[in-house]
Amino acid sequence: MTRTSARASGRRLEPRMLTGAQIVLECLTRERVSHVFGYPGGAILPVYDVMPAYPIHHVLARHEQGAVHMADGFARAGGGVGVAMATSGPGATNMVTGIATAMMDSSPLVCITGQVSSSLIGSDAFQETDITGVTLPITKHNYLVTEADEIAPALREAFYIARSGRPGPVLVDITKDAQQGSCSFDWEAAEPKPPGYRPDHRPRAAEVRHALDLINGSARPVILLGHGVILGEAENLVKAFAERTTIPVAMTLLGIGAFPGSHPLNLGMMGLHGEAWVNEAVQQADLLIALGMRFDDRVTGKLAEFAPGARKIHVEIDPAEVNKNVPVDVGLIGDVRDVLEALLPGVTPNDHAAWLAHIDGLRGHATARSIQGFDDDGHLYAAHAIHDLWQATRGRALVVTDVGQHQMWEAQYYRHESTRSLITSGGLGPMGFAVPAAIGAKLARPDADVWAIVGDGGFQMTMAELGTMVQEGVKVNIAIINNGCLGMVRQLQEFFYGARYHATPLVNPDFVTLASAYGIRGIRVTERAGVAAAVAAAAAHDGPVLLDIRVESGDAVYPMVAAGAGLDQMIRRPAQEATR
Amino acid sequence: MSSTFVVYVEDKPGVLNRVASLFRRRAFNIESLTVGHTDTPGVSRMTIVVGTDRDGARKVEAHLYKLVNVLRVDDVTSTPAVFRDLAMIKVQASAETRSHIMQLVDVYRARIVDVAPDSLMVEVTGTEDKIDSLLDVLRPYGVLEAVRTGRVAMARGAARTPRVRPASAALRGPMPRIPREPAASGPVQLTA
Ligand SMILES: Cc1ncc(C[n+]2csc(CCOP(=O)(O)OP(=O)(O)O)c2C)c(N)n1
Ligand SMILES: [Mg+2]
Repeated sequence: MTRTSARASGRRLEPRMLTGAQIVLECLTRERVSHVFGYPGGAILPVYDVMPAYPIHHVLARHEQGAVHMADGFARAGGGVGVAMATSGPGATNMVTGIATAMMDSSPLVCITGQVSSSLIGSDAFQETDITGVTLPITKHNYLVTEADEIAPALREAFYIARSGRPGPVLVDITKDAQQGSCSFDWEAAEPKPPGYRPDHRPRAAEVRHALDLINGSARPVILLGHGVILGEAENLVKAFAERTTIPVAMTLLGIGAFPGSHPLNLGMMGLHGEAWVNEAVQQADLLIALGMRFDDRVTGKLAEFAPGARKIHVEIDPAEVNKNVPVDVGLIGDVRDVLEALLPGVTPNDHAAWLAHIDGLRGHATARSIQGFDDDGHLYAAHAIHDLWQATRGRALVVTDVGQHQMWEAQYYRHESTRSLITSGGLGPMGFAVPAAIGAKLARPDADVWAIVGDGGFQMTMAELGTMVQEGVKVNIAIINNGCLGMVRQLQEFFYGARYHATPLVNPDFVTLASAYGIRGIRVTERAGVAAAVAAAAAHDGPVLLDIRVESGDAVYPMVAAGAGLDQMIRRPAQEATR
Repeated sequence: MSSTFVVYVEDKPGVLNRVASLFRRRAFNIESLTVGHTDTPGVSRMTIVVGTDRDGARKVEAHLYKLVNVLRVDDVTSTPAVFRDLAMIKVQASAETRSHIMQLVDVYRARIVDVAPDSLMVEVTGTEDKIDSLLDVLRPYGVLEAVRTGRVAMARGAARTPRVRPASAALRGPMPRIPREPAASGPVQLTA
């Protein structure tokens, strides 16, 4: 019985007998999964064997970490659940970094792994790894499934848990005998109802009133916008809220894009490498309204000195995040969307003119020291390259960044106007994220102009995925910000380890030649004028293009909050003469 | 300072591991953990004593609620509740000391559960303090072996075990709603 004929006949044909492997694919199909990112092996082969009969496209990665990052990029770009698949043992353990990445950034994934047959579990059989044990602390939930008739309930519940509440990765480990066994399949009966799981929190009316009092009574408020606004699809409500109250908006790295970059109320990114005026405004505020962010140590600086004069309202879907790092005056637990809907009718308009003028003053002072003001002195700075990439793509690219200096420069100099236009790993920060996540993002949003901005170090961690790009015919453009070193670590050595540059210089391959081995067009850029031209060439080219942008190797990301210091204790960029 | 939680969980493989792992992962120290069945099929009940203050207890509770298999968490640290520990103590007993020991056992409302030529086995239930104290007075006679269950707790009043389907059916049929405690026992107390 094929799916199409069952549909066509319109009769209810269930329950019917299927193998466990077929049930996996029936479930994926009914969850409207279009792409599975994976890598086969013995313990998952029954599933791979029946996959071609289903309307699901399998993307063969070159490493299971890449497969999970692809699923993650797919989820973050498209808003659905990403699905990754791997075999037992090494296939499953290779997924770990990708899963931890998704966990830290609340990305909805379902990861399916094959497992040795249930009779062999516990015997240290070939390629047996206790992957539910390994991933216990880095998944939202996980399942070990040993019977065919447990597959549908576990998978349905996995999708439900991955996407509801605070999203996250869920792993389903299925033994080979469960895949091979048969049972009757009944989708309806497998409806998920985990009894202890309650994702649907709502704030209490008294708390909403308390929050409104604080909002309406504040003179120096700042909104702190985080990833939760994007996950909760509350971008428009945040805009309405900010505009009605005239409250300026600072954002975390993962909040970028949720509020238009050119909006007059947009302050920019806060935190370790946030703009100086943003951190100063946060520190001087009398009220912080945190929306879907978790006061990560990268955004607070020294906790004891964080925003000392501010009352704090925390709007957050995960109760465990409230009062975790920063004690707050009001916690509004619920979906950002619902909470903002509850708050909006009660806010009184206020122009906050004096406060905004004060922040403008802070901004003017800091801009004078920005690298943007520096003349082109023949050196190619990464910040300039990214700024020019922003202009050449008219600010409309979907950018996926890796981890390091280039990631921070991107956040500072690429101005994002629309939501889900920056995908980056904020919580775990695994090098090697960008290229595979960009592949996933492009498959979720085929019309987007997808750019991976990646360091020369991180690129080499997952550059094997160039093969996936070519095999899948995915047009992702790659800009390697090539500074010949592990720049972010070098920067730490410069500031905190007496400039002893041990193990940070890189001897790199010729990336243009490497690209050509894959049939990918490579362009080397060595001067500022070449950036826009290369971006134009990439836009005109039919397939993927790789830019090897050779930038200054000794540069550092500024401003930078000094180690263990308060958020406004920042090390600033020296004046131009002093740089070199 | 320590806090005591009663945690109702689904009776499924691996759930104890998930709970214990959470404490390790969040760097909370478990002082005692007991687990057993309840009167409701499919529901196990844990009493967990954690070395943490009020602030930490609130975090523990919120993190516990994030585990999918956790049904309900009651922080009984400062609510009216009965706490009990059970101990079995094997103590040396000669012809001369035997009657002294039996008198002590009486004072503590403990029981002799085994008698051997040179020893007695004492069973005692009560608060940790009471058991510590009995151990102190028996020690001079020569304690050969002692075992304690760790604290179990039950809130006074009418609160009851949450009801769920048995574990085997838990993923299948429709699930009855878990009775929640009134708002006060929700995951986090928030209002300033
Ligand atoms: C998998 C992994 N290993 C190590 C690190 C630590 N680390 C953070 S940034 C960085 C350097 C990145 O170098 P590169 O990719 O060249 O980017 P750049 O900082 O030079 O822009 C390193 C090693 C990491 N984040 N991820
Ligand atoms: Mg580099």
